[in-house]
Amino acid sequence: MGHARLVGTLIAMTTSKGNSASGPMRVNRGLAEMLKGGVIMDVVNPEQAKIAEDAGATAVMALERVPADIRRDGGVARMSDPEMIEGIKAVVTIPVMAKARIGHFVEAQILEALGVDFIDESEVLTPADETHHIDKFAFTSPFVCGATNLGEALRRISEGAALIRSKGEAGTGNVVEAVRHLRSIFGDIRRITQADSAELFDWAKKLGAPLPLVQEIAETGKLQVPIFCAGGIATPADAALAMQLGAEAVFVGSGIFKSDDPSPRAKAIVQATAHFRDAHVLAKVSRNLGAPMTGIGMDKINERYADRGW
Amino acid sequence: MSRVVGVLALQGAFEAHQHVLRELGFETVQVRTPAELELVDALVMPGGESTTMSHLLVTSGLFESIDARLKQGMPVFGTCAGMILLAQGVLDGRSDQKSFGAIDIDVKRNAYGRQIDSFETDIAVDGFVDDFHAVFIRAPQIARYGDGVTVLARHGQDVVLARQGSVMVASFHPELTSDVRIHSLFTGLLQEV
Repeated sequence: MGHARLVGTLIAMTTSKGNSASGPMRVNRGLAEMLKGGVIMDVVNPEQAKIAEDAGATAVMALERVPADIRRDGGVARMSDPEMIEGIKAVVTIPVMAKARIGHFVEAQILEALGVDFIDESEVLTPADETHHIDKFAFTSPFVCGATNLGEALRRISEGAALIRSKGEAGTGNVVEAVRHLRSIFGDIRRITQADSAELFDWAKKLGAPLPLVQEIAETGKLQVPIFCAGGIATPADAALAMQLGAEAVFVGSGIFKSDDPSPRAKAIVQATAHFRDAHVLAKVSRNLGAPMTGIGMDKINERYADRGW
Repeated sequence: MSRVVGVLALQGAFEAHQHVLRELGFETVQVRTPAELELVDALVMPGGESTTMSHLLVTSGLFESIDARLKQGMPVFGTCAGMILLAQGVLDGRSDQKSFGAIDIDVKRNAYGRQIDSFETDIAVDGFVDDFHAVFIRAPQIARYGDGVTVLARHGQDVVLARQGSVMVASFHPELTSDVRIHSLFTGLLQEV
């Protein structure tokens, strides 16, 4: 990406008040807008994809193994087989997302050639590059990237991400890390809106983020792209918690298809995400869902996926 | 008397619509329940996933209450998925997908292809001096329209903005640009009822 192009993009961002950008970025952030208030579900085959769509998912994430299984199996986790992604695209009418390894721009090129609607540059897969993320401006397809804090989110936006998701800790069924990341991101956004113009230089330095993006947040009080929650959501209450903390939609990975009875749980999480402030609805949809995925405590995991990404 | 414009907020780009409506000086509320619908004089149905919204319209009890208000002539503006929900027929919808049949059009979902085919273009709108910059995202297509439908804009051969009585639909996303003219056309319907 040329320097002029980055500056042009940042200026477009700075003058846009959040709603508009230019070029592919506007339609790509636009698709992220369309996914707000919804649930994006991990699926590993066409049958699960149908169950997800029937339950009201706004999109599905096609992958070979859900994070809980990747965690159990170990080894190197890579982009899914194109045949499997095509199989899922064929059975649903909603957008289909798929994951590329961090920094693996060729996997991303393949996913773009397959016509997936959103590419997730994901820490759940084994990173391919220990220094660089993908230059997402080199693509027409939109990208979603994970973040544990505001600096990471702004670095991904400066690389061209159209959507940010808090990382949480995928495959654990434990919401504690997602909460930590959402609180960190929104807490810093709130603090930046209180900073004076001189302090913003220090914020940019501390966050390791481009100054114009920090200045824009000081003015608008919000991130330049939508922010969703991922990693550890297992119940309708978890989804509503993420939404009340400021997430604008949720990704549910292992939480649905690693539970006892996926279909009713999927439907309940869809309703909980839409009606996230209505405790009566949450009480109603939380009943009789069978056992959620068992889940694991953070002291029991040997590798934190959230630490992947730079 | 000040008028309140509701935005269906079950799922999708409802906040972007609220932003434009506030620019126009309207009070807006998010509508997720039948009780919230009673507070509004007009309703915007945003873009998003029509299959998701169709489910949530049923579970929230809003389907019947919106249907009743539409029959009483409440002005409504559907963009993208919102247009699908208002259409008479959905040619490639899911069998369980519900729509209000409030405007005499048949639509094809995702007719323009996947996200990689999403695009922006300038279109001429009936009554506007300057073109309107239209953003199409996995857009639906109006495959047929009845005699009672007024065409307000086309892209090539396709009708992309249309109106029948107090029902207005767009296959693109006027809420994603800073141009308020199309929303203004819609809120103008409030003066007529």
